[in-house]
Amino acid sequence: MNYLWAFMILTGIVYAAFHGTLPAITDAAIDSAKEAVTLCIAMTGVMSFWVGLMKIAENSGMIAGLSRKMEPLLRFLFPRLPKEHIANKYIATNMIANMFGLGWAATPAGLKAMEALEELNVEECAKRGRTKKRAPDIATDEMCTFLIVNISSLQLIPVNIIAYRGQYGSVNPAAIVGPALLATSCSTLAAIIFCKIKERFRRE
Amino acid sequence: MKVMLFLSNVMIPLLIFCIVGYGILNKQNIYEEFIDGAKDGFSTVIGIMPTLIGLMVAVGILRASGFLEFFAGMFANLTEQIGFPSELLPLTVVKMFSSSAATGLLLDLYKEFGADSMLGKIASIMMSSTETIFYTMSVYFMTAKIKKSRFTLAGALIATLAGTAASVVLAGWM
Repeated sequence: MNYLWAFMILTGIVYAAFHGTLPAITDAAIDSAKEAVTLCIAMTGVMSFWVGLMKIAENSGMIAGLSRKMEPLLRFLFPRLPKEHIANKYIATNMIANMFGLGWAATPAGLKAMEALEELNVEECAKRGRTKKRAPDIATDEMCTFLIVNISSLQLIPVNIIAYRGQYGSVNPAAIVGPALLATSCSTLAAIIFCKIKERFRRE
Repeated sequence: MKVMLFLSNVMIPLLIFCIVGYGILNKQNIYEEFIDGAKDGFSTVIGIMPTLIGLMVAVGILRASGFLEFFAGMFANLTEQIGFPSELLPLTVVKMFSSSAATGLLLDLYKEFGADSMLGKIASIMMSSTETIFYTMSVYFMTAKIKKSRFTLAGALIATLAGTAASVVLAGWM
């Protein structure tokens, strides 16, 4: 992040110096800072409303109930994961939270899931010995699958994008919900197919 | 595409209805919970304000200098050939590293081309259908003390590619 930020600013200024656009840089810096604050204030309403709603869903047991319904999907994605292991619960919570765009709830559960999977990995290494593909510092299939599915994005409704679009004069900010849902399904499907192929490949 | 538009219009009200309905059926103190959560949301947004200022300034500088056009122009031939608008290239690349930096670029695209333009639509869908690869991988694997990530990166890239391709196609149908 450090480097990315420095890269953007330094490249911008150096490039501008060579192309005579330096005065524009000053304006851009001041305007952008102002705009960021305006945007945040506009965003606050939508986000507060959404997070408030999600709190209701969490406390009424709706999210916990949905997590239990994830069971068959978990069996399909992680066939070798012991059924009663605590990792199941963390993974389910992480996925549900991601679907509802609850980043702050998803990450802690996701990290817990990774820790639980690592415990399993360490046990496995102790039981069956280390090989080229099995060691405490090598990712297991479950970890890879979990992360790939996670990165493929599970979010059903991109609330923040809708809020941004509204702020920037979109006629129908929520018009992207349907297409976004389809695009997310595509990326998640590609992720699952890839993981399943890898799994099959390993067995042979 | 009528179905998709219908879905877009109906999904949010429906979800709100279900959450509130489910909460009241379970005899929850929903109004207080809502206020409680709203406070959380409030502080989250105010919390990201400094980050957003930092990033929007950086993106603003980079754009004002003309570097983004230069960068996009370099790959324009290549990307246009597969039907991908070169203006979106910086966004695609940055999104792999940092979601907040990508947000800065996204807002810049909205400002320049409009949120309802073709580019705005593709960018919106793209941002909704992919996650930050390198950030997620480093945080998650660091937690589990994993050094070799095996096929994670390949899978993540394939998923991102699928999401990006789908975004371009779907925005065209909208």
